[in-house]
Amino acid sequence: MKTAIVEISCAEVWREISNFVDGEVEPELKARMEHHFRNCKRCTAVLEGTRNTVRLLTDGDWYPLPEGFGERLFQRISSESRKN
Amino acid sequence: MAKDLKRLGGEGELISQICQGRSDLFYALIEPYERSVFAIAYSVLNNAADAEEVAQEAFLKALKGLGSFRGDAKFGTWLIQIALNEARRRLRQNRSHLHQSLEESYRSEDTDYMPRDVADWREIPSEALERKELRERIEETLKSLRPIYREALVLRDIQHLSVAETSQALGISEDLVRTRLRRARLQMREALAPGYDGSWTCGFKVYKSVRPW
Repeated sequence: MKTAIVEISCAEVWREISNFVDGEVEPELKARMEHHFRNCKRCTAVLEGTRNTVRLLTDGDWYPLPEGFGERLFQRISSESRKN
Repeated sequence: MAKDLKRLGGEGELISQICQGRSDLFYALIEPYERSVFAIAYSVLNNAADAEEVAQEAFLKALKGLGSFRGDAKFGTWLIQIALNEARRRLRQNRSHLHQSLEESYRSEDTDYMPRDVADWREIPSEALERKELRERIEETLKSLRPIYREALVLRDIQHLSVAETSQALGISEDLVRTRLRRARLQMREALAPGYDGSWTCGFKVYKSVRPW
């Protein structure tokens, strides 16, 4: 006999969606959320969008170092070290 | 520089040599952390020039205070903590001229959050990542986030720190890291989901908003 999955609301799903994307929800909650996603296109849209957002941030080169950053830092550290 | 680290047997050895007077080795120690220190300063200040100055100040503070580093946190986390303090101090200085309160930016978060728009976004059009507009949109959205959300997002998703490391760097609980991360991610999603204010076009393809209900 299959165990019935306890329904979960959209609001509860949204509260946990970021943890779900990180694989950080307990197995029981994960099963409830997966069941919900199968039946709720709105929440699936939020899930996919959140996943894509995380992927864009993870893969992209955000806040790149300005050109010459390393050299300027090296010079600054060297001159301060000499002072001390 | 990486060769130095290897030859000297890792960060711990390098740190002890620097503390014994070899300050010429300091740059080799911190070079791997340039990006994360700059990024966290940028995430507070929203400005590359200020972020660079603050990053330099933070590294110099780290050099002076290296003797007090006990290895309770990872060295990189310790550096991020110093950079955050420096950046917030700078922000306070800047804002004191503008009569704005830093506390306003750091006021406690609301209790709950509901996504305003649930435009569908099943696939990332990989070509779109190369497009200037999308890049600019992401940068603008990052800028528009409240600092407390941006800091968590930058450390976790851009600098790839774990929840535990992010919590340590920001001096907040892991639960609060997760809450702020969720807010930040959902706000980014709202702003980036195609169709929210138009669709992404890639060559001849148009990725239209799909509202499945």
